[in-house]
Amino acid sequence: MNQQIYREQLLELWKHPLNKGIIENPSCEFKETNSFCGDEITIQLTIKNKIVKDAKFHGAGCVISIAMASLLTEEIKGKSLEEIKKINPEKIINSLGVELNPVRAKCALISLTALQKAIK
Amino acid sequence: MNHKKEFPIFQKNPKLIYLDSAATTQKPKVVIDAINKFYKEFNANINRGLYDLSIKSTEAYESAREKIANFINADKHEIIFTSGTTDSLNKLSRALPKLFNKRNEIVLTEMEHHSNLVPWQETAKENKMKLKFIPLKNMELDYEIAEKIINDKTAIVSLTYLSNSLGTINNIEKIIELAKKHGAIVIIDAAQSIAHKKIDVKKLNADFLVFSGHKMFASTGIGIIYGKKQILEKLPAFQFGGDMIKEVSLEESSYELPPKKFEAGTPNIAGAISLGKAIDYINNIGINKIEKYENELTTYTIKELKKIPKIIIYESENQGPIISFNLDNIHPHDIASILSYENIAIRAGHHCCMPLMKKLEVQGTCRISLSIYNNKEDIDKLIQGIKKVKEVFK
Repeated sequence: MNQQIYREQLLELWKHPLNKGIIENPSCEFKETNSFCGDEITIQLTIKNKIVKDAKFHGAGCVISIAMASLLTEEIKGKSLEEIKKINPEKIINSLGVELNPVRAKCALISLTALQKAIK
Repeated sequence: MNHKKEFPIFQKNPKLIYLDSAATTQKPKVVIDAINKFYKEFNANINRGLYDLSIKSTEAYESAREKIANFINADKHEIIFTSGTTDSLNKLSRALPKLFNKRNEIVLTEMEHHSNLVPWQETAKENKMKLKFIPLKNMELDYEIAEKIINDKTAIVSLTYLSNSLGTINNIEKIIELAKKHGAIVIIDAAQSIAHKKIDVKKLNADFLVFSGHKMFASTGIGIIYGKKQILEKLPAFQFGGDMIKEVSLEESSYELPPKKFEAGTPNIAGAISLGKAIDYINNIGINKIEKYENELTTYTIKELKKIPKIIIYESENQGPIISFNLDNIHPHDIASILSYENIAIRAGHHCCMPLMKKLEVQGTCRISLSIYNNKEDIDKLIQGIKKVKEVFK
């Protein structure tokens, strides 16, 4: 592993996250906690006809978890619930474009877990 | 003080700056050799055979018990081997409520490790007891409130000597005095203090004291319960089976005297031997010398950290060799990750103290913990590393 984790794009997403905020009347939401570090990420969705119309997140976390939550909420807009259920954790980690050790992989996956629990 | 060369891990990893001794210490060669020697030369079960090897391993196991007893000024019959501090606290939390009738309050503090909190939550539920907490004030315990919380309803007071996340050294003498005044049983969690401060259980007058071997240069999987003889005699056994019995019939059994009564089954013999050796190692250097050296290094570390802009140090007036900090709005995980690229090992997160983090209103902290193999050079490299973190996030 190297400092590649902290490449520009991810730091930029941490400084200026996408979709960070609150949906007033979400169709569903879920708050997931990372038991290792205590971080919490809440994912909120607006769903119409089983399609995600809007997705936002709030909570605090490290560069990896915030960047991932940004990318993930962006990615799922317009997707169907069935498609979301099929999101592969490994693929989503790869989408960050950096190598993560098992501990940091947990940081990355907190928002996906929150998302998949929210639509259950 | 230069003890780094006595720890083989630094030969294998010459660039390693290890600042996570509160999680587990590195092991000196003498301890590793002692474990090796046991398995290579006299491995046998204890208290069993009449053959030489078994006699030798029994002697080594019991001699470790004696060394531990001497180290904290206890009697060897007051030393029970467990698998670690968590095991010790779980066992006490199950057994102790059986000694009480009317007293139904358990007093803890807001800074306890989960291992000195969660077992008591279960005990309280099962035995219809109440949990009370001595609150925090400026990273110290609030001793004025402690005086009100500890009273004639208090059955047990259990607290840490040295906070694993803040580094605060608690005035346990005062808490023990309060508990004794009201006839409560006191347990001291010495997991974080045992490798750093002299402990004399007779002077302290605590009823129980628990700690782990692996935080004091011994192997993992070995720990201790010290208990006052007169209480151990009344305390019911934790577990049942071989080694702890006197006589067994198909219908009933009678049990050995303490400490054997509390050590059912084959124990961690190699672990006990490693702990005995670790204590020899500490004694050879001198625990008071260790404390003095680490105090100086702690002061130096805090002084250097304070020069970094936007750093928040969770400092108390009585600081042990553990320092917690946060840097600006940078997440502790990110700080620890970047430091790890510089071969600097620190801990980041909630340190198994989620309620304490909530109280401090943080998600977590970065924690540096020092030992005898650390020196000013390590700290200077840490400071350089933290400057690199700031570079990344500028």
